[in-house]
Amino acid sequence: MTRTLLQLSRRQFLVGGATMAGGFVVGLPLGLGADPTVGNGGTIGFFVEILGNGKVVIGSNQPEIGQGVRTALPMLVAEELDVAWEDVSVRPMPLGIVKTADGYTWKYGGQGVGGSTGLTNNWTYMREVGAMARHQLLRAAAEKFKVSLDDCSTSRGHVFCQSHKRAIPYAELAGAAAALDMPDEAPPLKAIADYRIVGKKQKTVDARDIVTGKATYGIDTQVEGMRYAVIARCPILNGRVRSFDDADARKVNGVLDVFKIDGPMPGEPYIILASGVAVVADSTWSAIKGRRALKIEWEPGPNADDSSTRFWQENEAALETNGQVVTDDGEFDNAMASADKIITHRYRVPFVSHAPLEPQNCFAHVTENHCRIIAPTQMPSGASRAANAVTGIPRENIEVEFTRVGGGFGRRLSNDYVAEAALISKQTGWPIKLQWTREDDMQHDFYRPGGLHELRAGVDADGNVTAWTQRLASASKHYRRPNKPDDGLWEPELYPDDFPRRIVENFRLEYFHNAIGLPRGSWRAPAHTANAFVIQSFIDEIAHETGQDPLQLRLAMFGEERELPYDGHGGPTFNPGRLTRLTKFVAKEINYDRKRPAGTGVGIAAHFTFGGYAAHAIEVTVDKNGELRIDRIVAAIDCGFAVHPQAVQAQLQGGTIDGLSTALGLEITVTDGRVDQSNFHDYPLMRIADVPVEFETHILPYDDIPTGVGEMGIPSAAPALTNAIFAATGRRIRDLPLGAQLKSM
Amino acid sequence: MISLKVNGEKVRFDGDEDTPLLWVLRDHLGLTGTKFGCGIGQCGACTVHFNGRAQRSCMLPVAAAKDATVTTIEALSAGDHQLHPVQQAWLDIDVPQCGYCQAGQIMATADFLKRNPDPSDEDIDRDLSNLCRCGTYVRIREAVHHAARLARKESNDD
Ligand code: FES
Ligand code: FES
Repeated sequence: MTRTLLQLSRRQFLVGGATMAGGFVVGLPLGLGADPTVGNGGTIGFFVEILGNGKVVIGSNQPEIGQGVRTALPMLVAEELDVAWEDVSVRPMPLGIVKTADGYTWKYGGQGVGGSTGLTNNWTYMREVGAMARHQLLRAAAEKFKVSLDDCSTSRGHVFCQSHKRAIPYAELAGAAAALDMPDEAPPLKAIADYRIVGKKQKTVDARDIVTGKATYGIDTQVEGMRYAVIARCPILNGRVRSFDDADARKVNGVLDVFKIDGPMPGEPYIILASGVAVVADSTWSAIKGRRALKIEWEPGPNADDSSTRFWQENEAALETNGQVVTDDGEFDNAMASADKIITHRYRVPFVSHAPLEPQNCFAHVTENHCRIIAPTQMPSGASRAANAVTGIPRENIEVEFTRVGGGFGRRLSNDYVAEAALISKQTGWPIKLQWTREDDMQHDFYRPGGLHELRAGVDADGNVTAWTQRLASASKHYRRPNKPDDGLWEPELYPDDFPRRIVENFRLEYFHNAIGLPRGSWRAPAHTANAFVIQSFIDEIAHETGQDPLQLRLAMFGEERELPYDGHGGPTFNPGRLTRLTKFVAKEINYDRKRPAGTGVGIAAHFTFGGYAAHAIEVTVDKNGELRIDRIVAAIDCGFAVHPQAVQAQLQGGTIDGLSTALGLEITVTDGRVDQSNFHDYPLMRIADVPVEFETHILPYDDIPTGVGEMGIPSAAPALTNAIFAATGRRIRDLPLGAQLKSM
Repeated sequence: MISLKVNGEKVRFDGDEDTPLLWVLRDHLGLTGTKFGCGIGQCGACTVHFNGRAQRSCMLPVAAAKDATVTTIEALSAGDHQLHPVQQAWLDIDVPQCGYCQAGQIMATADFLKRNPDPSDEDIDRDLSNLCRCGTYVRIREAVHHAARLARKESNDD
């Protein structure tokens, strides 16, 4: 049975008893200027408001981090509601937290974006919201004209009544529609073939505000009486403030207060990232100057000797021992022993930083029993939890507004900056905007875990891969979390059902956890970025070392269309045949078989990421000085059905660039317990000159089910690049980032 | 006390003279369209027009802006209804993702096209160096060419 709107709302609202029951379905008027009386527009449910002039306001319940969700979800509502997209404007909604007898529930549905789920989690829900509102308008018209529902139909903001031959604008029906009880079941949804809005190019919400400088991000928050804060965080991983002298800082013009922020103790779960000293001032610049004038003595703590060099040596050593076997299919040892040839290589994937262009920031105003938060966050419910954790204010008294976000990439799944801002506001009683500088952001991140992967394959005399193992030594991102047992540390680092599991029957995965003081977290397409790189590189290596063509070996292993079980996020199944289709497509598009001059080569890679499929073909030229030029990129995505095609294309382009940028030059390293990088001069993101003019993106539709698209474009970009470098030069890059490696040929 | 002209209006700033122009614009004048990305002149999110030329404002002390003429993204277009050709091109090509870098990209491009009304791809690569963390470069390139065409058309119509 399909999930209906009412079931959804009952589950959400009956939890706490009768008071909220039906709140969603009858539609509490939101008081946004529309008087819900006939002829004056009205609000139907929480998401749809019809204005007196026929314009429609649709609520956006999810954080917009550049993935286009503020356009895509309202498109779904508008489609089912049957209004013209030109008549729609979109209103961001706050966090809809509601206290119930046994916890909290969310009146606007789950709110948060990560794992490319913003669209997929809301795909049915938002269409039902639109369909239900349309249904109520139809009912209101039928009652008004005393005709049956069948006599009424809709078109672009009007209900047509067949027997009276009349068209009534929604605005005249909305008040009556809003007053109707909601039916038990969601009305049927449109067939994709009938879509006029969804799946087609539409004007992007906020685009005009962005190009005119009017769009506001967290950093742009300005509230009457607001003060500005920065924090000097301990630069030593897990170090703490021992003492500080603020005499000079307090002399800086505009500095109002200086005090210590207690960070977490080493090993404790992170609510905030680090111990430090807060400076509050009457402007951002005064706060920054005040911070510069602080004299702080740091307590070095347990990680003061940490170094990347040692971390990577330890990983090498760990791989000489036996790790935790987390997957063991078939007769691995026997298959390896009887293989005709065994191929082994190690690959290194570094720590990297998220570096969203908008540095972390948060507005907080804590009063006696109330707190207001305005934050650029991917996880507004986490913001509420963070503010509660440091203020003790009950969550129903914490208002969370979330702004457009200047880049997420997984960094803003964490709400440490919200906790910091709330702490500072609580301490001072002032409304506070906490501002991180770029240096703060780069040196205090939840980094993508670095890891050393050993891949080994047994190959038979015909070149078939008969045994496969991936052995990973890394710093798991699930350390330092509550309720995570040590034997589960591997879980966020190895995705067991990734290719080539079940394709190679004798298959083993082994994990070694290695400690380092760097905080770790989710970085866009988390372990897929590592897995795609090592697996797609290794396939190439196997092909070359067994005299096969890498494209043909890849295609043979992906094989025909079939659904394989996939337990992890993106499942329940994985169809490697969809990778075959994409791989063939990009190979043809880039003219894979063409003979190319020495120094030029093509690389190919494909990967399944969280439910979506993508492939890359990249052509590069490396000159005799080791200068790399990317000549051409062909990227293709199969996201099932593309709801908002411009956003899909943008995510594929941007994801590819993110993947390449990271593979080419980005790494976070540690010396003496401190992060070495601090800003974009030593963390060199790609610029326009590094991106080839020949850059094609293709969307290959598959079925009627949309997958997410935010992460799929990244994973296969890096291995396509390094496979191309091999094809061009015979030089295999097993160590990321590329950096100056080609210069030493 | 520093006086300067911002978006056509005379403004006075009596705070510390080492305050970067960026923070004067954002915190004191409420012009938040100009963004902070790095503070060290690396990313270009803070690009404004300073005496008619694109300039990163995060390292420019307000003292150096004495009597200068500054235009920010908020005043790039002549009026609310008539977008600057670069803004129009950005809309037509749907450039922004998160959008955070785009005011800076647009200000940099507007100045670039004044100096080079018909740029080649190589010219773009040489001149435009603002960072976009979302990777909108493919569309930025397309939009620069498109903006150049729109601007030429506009000046022909004049
Ligand atoms: S903020 Fe000025 S260049 Fe980055
Ligand atoms: S659009 Fe996000 S940084 Fe450029």
